[in-house]
Amino acid sequence: MSTAVDRFDDKARATFDRIGQNEVYEGELLRHRVYTRFLHWMVALFFFPALFTGFGIYMPWLFRWFTPIFGGGALSREMHPWFGTGFVIFFGLQMLNWIKPMKWTAADSKWMRNLGKIASGKEKQDLPDTGFFNAGQKLQFWEIVGGSVTFLITGIVLWAGTRTFGRWAVAVSYILHDISAVIMLGGIFIHLYLSTIGEPGTLQAMIRGAVSEAWAWTFHPAWYKEVTGRDPVQACEEARQRGEFVGK
Amino acid sequence: MSDRKTLQIRQISGHSGPSAGFDMQRDAEVCKLIDTTICIGCKACEVACVEWNDMPFSPTTFDNTYQTMPETRWNFWNLIKFNEHQREDGTIQWLMRKDQCMHCADPGCLRACPADGAIVQYTNGIVDFQQENCIGCEFCVSGCPYDIPKFNPATKKVYKCTLCSDRVGGGLEPACIKACPTGCLKFGTKDDMKFIAEERAKQLRENFGFEHAGVYDPQSIGGTHVVYVLHDAENPERYGGLPKNPVIPWSYTIWKWLAKPVLGTFALFGLVGVLLHYVTVGPRRTQPEPPLKKEA
Repeated sequence: MSTAVDRFDDKARATFDRIGQNEVYEGELLRHRVYTRFLHWMVALFFFPALFTGFGIYMPWLFRWFTPIFGGGALSREMHPWFGTGFVIFFGLQMLNWIKPMKWTAADSKWMRNLGKIASGKEKQDLPDTGFFNAGQKLQFWEIVGGSVTFLITGIVLWAGTRTFGRWAVAVSYILHDISAVIMLGGIFIHLYLSTIGEPGTLQAMIRGAVSEAWAWTFHPAWYKEVTGRDPVQACEEARQRGEFVGK
Repeated sequence: MSDRKTLQIRQISGHSGPSAGFDMQRDAEVCKLIDTTICIGCKACEVACVEWNDMPFSPTTFDNTYQTMPETRWNFWNLIKFNEHQREDGTIQWLMRKDQCMHCADPGCLRACPADGAIVQYTNGIVDFQQENCIGCEFCVSGCPYDIPKFNPATKKVYKCTLCSDRVGGGLEPACIKACPTGCLKFGTKDDMKFIAEERAKQLRENFGFEHAGVYDPQSIGGTHVVYVLHDAENPERYGGLPKNPVIPWSYTIWKWLAKPVLGTFALFGLVGVLLHYVTVGPRRTQPEPPLKKEA
């Protein structure tokens, strides 16, 4: 990435750290700074209204009971592109903020091959080379990048409509817009699950910004090693011997 | 704008296949016949349409033709299009065509519409918009081969010609038909109108020297419930935006009516999937976990 983007990100991170604060207690590690958390929740703030108004457009026969929340079907349709615009803007900033740690590595390919074991609960601790983001998170990130680009391009076509772009542009854009939405809908279930009840202790990373050291050595061992300099497997084993059981 | 007591519904938007109760009562398919060869461009039909449908005044546009405005509007459903066609010998042929909804047998608007019941097709062939169900997405605009549905930014809904379904439901002819002074417009069953149209086309071919005269009832969309008699049926494009082979984008058939419900359901499996994961495999815990109880 160009240095201008780096400078922008650094400045934004520093500014937001001055405005807000990161609460990191004893035995915890700082995971997400204020700027990252701000962007994350702004994306969420626009994503869900866009999703819910989108339901009313995707399948009104199934979701018409949903639309009165937004003032009816026509108003849902009217507001949907505005929510979408907000989503694309904030996710665009988040993309710049995260593009470096989201780079795909050989460790990620290995993680993906190991996905079955992780999902079935056979592998309690992540592979030692799992860094700040694991391959699943990166996959979702890049899916949203691709999806947002699709949303943006096809969304502009659908927003301006047939009278600007022609019948076929709308007919094709609309399929791509829908496919992108369906993939993201499937993804959001997994995202919500894993960030809350699926992997307890994760949510606070996006609230206070901090995670427990135990969480770090369990799910992101390479990152744990990077910030503490200690071996994650050994740290876990020592905690076990001390009888510090966190999860139950 | 429909009279549900008298008009039986054939199909509605947002649902594939015929609607419940379809074919309980067989209605004759209605049809409007427009003989462009005897239209004098008096615009009585335009006035009658605006009047019957109680439309507000719509400002006209002068563009060096007799045409009232460039195209139909959300509150102006019936427009005579004046086109000048230069023949090979240099003479001018003045073509007048009454433009309005064609009430297709396979309506592109209805196919494209995601909102249930926003567009209905009656068994008599009339395609009607139900604005109370319309969400204003304007997909119907892209579905229509004739560029007929028009969006009203004030109400966020789409409007078009109803073929006076309120009058037809009550046993009357559409307002434009009643107003036509030359007999250019006729209204009746589709069979009767097709018969009259074919007879007229034959007359034009045999007695008036229009060797390509014919009837416009495009089969690519299953025919229309508004048919034209044209001087030159080979080149309907000359009449201002009348496609020879109108088509509905394939995406509305394949995606909207087939893949969309399937994929929508598929996404919901994501929800079912994570719930099942939680209650069977269980969450991934921060390590170390307390030791499991040993089986006795």
